[in-house]
Amino acid sequence: MTTTIDSAPDEGTVVSTGESIIGKSPRELAWFRFRKDKLALFAVAVIGVYIFVAIFAPWICSALGISPTQLDGHALNDYGLPDGPFGNISFKHLLGVEPGTGRDILARLLYGARVSLMVGFIATFLTTALGVVLGVVAGYKRGKIDAVIGRMTDLTLAFPSFLLIIALTRPFTQRLESLGVPEGNPARLTYIVLVLSLFGWVYVARVVRGQTLSLREREFVEAARSCGASNSHIIFKELLPNLWAPVIVIVSLSLPGYVSTEATLSFLGLGMIAPAASWGVMLGDSVKYYRADPTYLFIPGIALIVLVLAFNIVGDAVRDALDPKGDRQNLL
Amino acid sequence: MFLFVVRRLFFAVVLLLAVSVFTYLLFALLPTDPAALSCGIHCKPETVLANRIRLGYDKPILEQYWHFLRGIFVGRDYGFGQTAFSCPAPSLGYSFNQHACVTALIGETFPVTAFLAIGAFVLWMIIGIGVGAIAALNKGKWQDRFATGFAAVGVSLPTFYIGLLVLFSVVIWFQILPFPSYESPLDNFSAFITAMILPWLVLAVLSAASYTRLTRNGMLEAMNEDFVRLGVAKGLRLRVILSRYVMRQALIPIVTIAGLDFAGLLGGAIITESVFSLPGMGRMSIRAVVDSDLPVLVGTTMVAAVFIVLANVIVDITYGFLDPRVRVS
Repeated sequence: MTTTIDSAPDEGTVVSTGESIIGKSPRELAWFRFRKDKLALFAVAVIGVYIFVAIFAPWICSALGISPTQLDGHALNDYGLPDGPFGNISFKHLLGVEPGTGRDILARLLYGARVSLMVGFIATFLTTALGVVLGVVAGYKRGKIDAVIGRMTDLTLAFPSFLLIIALTRPFTQRLESLGVPEGNPARLTYIVLVLSLFGWVYVARVVRGQTLSLREREFVEAARSCGASNSHIIFKELLPNLWAPVIVIVSLSLPGYVSTEATLSFLGLGMIAPAASWGVMLGDSVKYYRADPTYLFIPGIALIVLVLAFNIVGDAVRDALDPKGDRQNLL
Repeated sequence: MFLFVVRRLFFAVVLLLAVSVFTYLLFALLPTDPAALSCGIHCKPETVLANRIRLGYDKPILEQYWHFLRGIFVGRDYGFGQTAFSCPAPSLGYSFNQHACVTALIGETFPVTAFLAIGAFVLWMIIGIGVGAIAALNKGKWQDRFATGFAAVGVSLPTFYIGLLVLFSVVIWFQILPFPSYESPLDNFSAFITAMILPWLVLAVLSAASYTRLTRNGMLEAMNEDFVRLGVAKGLRLRVILSRYVMRQALIPIVTIAGLDFAGLLGGAIITESVFSLPGMGRMSIRAVVDSDLPVLVGTTMVAAVFIVLANVIVDITYGFLDPRVRVS
């Protein structure tokens, strides 16, 4: 993992640029590589916009005078369809209105971003936390604990996860409601996040365990141990800081998957339900009007694809930035 | 090697037993009463009770599980006297919603899923590896940029949405194909192809995306290896280097992932089957979710788990052949 800056550089170039040689940490090197990827920077900006509108959705909506739940019969014709071309796109409703109810699509889209991002971030956070803890413990402690966690991994991977997620939606949402989680969409959201984490931690844990197994044999860990460092010191201060690169890669590539899954579940009627605004709900609804109002079919879909694509582009760029092998010249 | 295979198979059987216990308990503890569901809303309490006894739901949960497990090997009889009926081995239970043995239902729907999976799998391996190889050989050129773009976009497209758009545009907006209605390839081959072509393509193109990336990166990495340098130095022909050294090295991880993906698909392509109304196992599962048809859900989950575990064993054994170190650990 040498670059021109790290390696003993050609005397001439150093003199001609007149710069002193400054060592860069791996973090700085990764950031340097990431910054060069213009597409990834654009994708970061796109994600930033999504996060911004998601956080400020209520204020943006009130500034525009729209609401995600307000029914607007005047925007519909006698058949209950948007009264105007392209789903009645107008100054009042910038992206048109929903057929049947006349709710503003832009407002629902903004609130839908909240659901998608919330599910994505919380599920990723839980998956990572669970996966890193179990992976480090399994790799560091080895022996019986490793075996138990390993069998849990095998068992989790043996289940057809998507089938179980949809099969358990209804009963587990009811169970959550009886446990005191507010009825309806809060309970459904909790279920989705929990079940995604339950099946997702395995992938993080496997990577982390593998890395820990080789890290724990390295000299710096041995040195710490010989100084009498406690297990928790070794895990938190010695191992974890060296694990962030693979964890970041796997996290940034799994987040878009969670966003997609939420949309798929809501589309199937197993995630969020109307009147809550979720892109999956909107897509499921728009299918009923595919002939009369095709515009409605495209708007939430494009919003979803752009977000997932942006996350994937950033994830790819992060991986390339953290994997110095990509810099090498090829022979063929 | 023999010991390694035996150990893996033994472990697979233990794993499947564990999966069956968990699946059975998970669904049995749900707050739904299969006996009540078995005879509709206007059901007398006596009928519910009779059904409960007939289906064996009156017994303790462990005994129920034991009967379920036994049924897989020796078949299972329900009820007695006039109303008795039986599901021959391997019995996965009886669906009262559909009045049929679960094994028979899976037998009906599985071929559809298998046809879908095999066709899509062949297509996506060709597309994925082909595009990935072209990208690797033209690193940095427009072919490479196109391929990496395809890979990034492809993995970001949700199957249900793209499936719908393709279905609507081809069948309804532009009317290129009639609405797909599945026919067995033995009865009507052209109708079979007409119904399958869209789901095959959608599934293949979207799944090919990640394989494109894997192939491209795997090949680029392999091209950096010393044995390739040696081959170049020796003056081997490019074709020989690529096919015998680069591709071989790059394909090993792909075979692993492909095996697991294919197995996952055999357990039911839930989304694709639902969107294109193919009467496969995936769509049956989703119907079973809606109808709370627990025996069918337990059955499809078990069958899907068998495929996943089996694929894992096959992949492990293949690895054992390829890499001797795996056998020891």
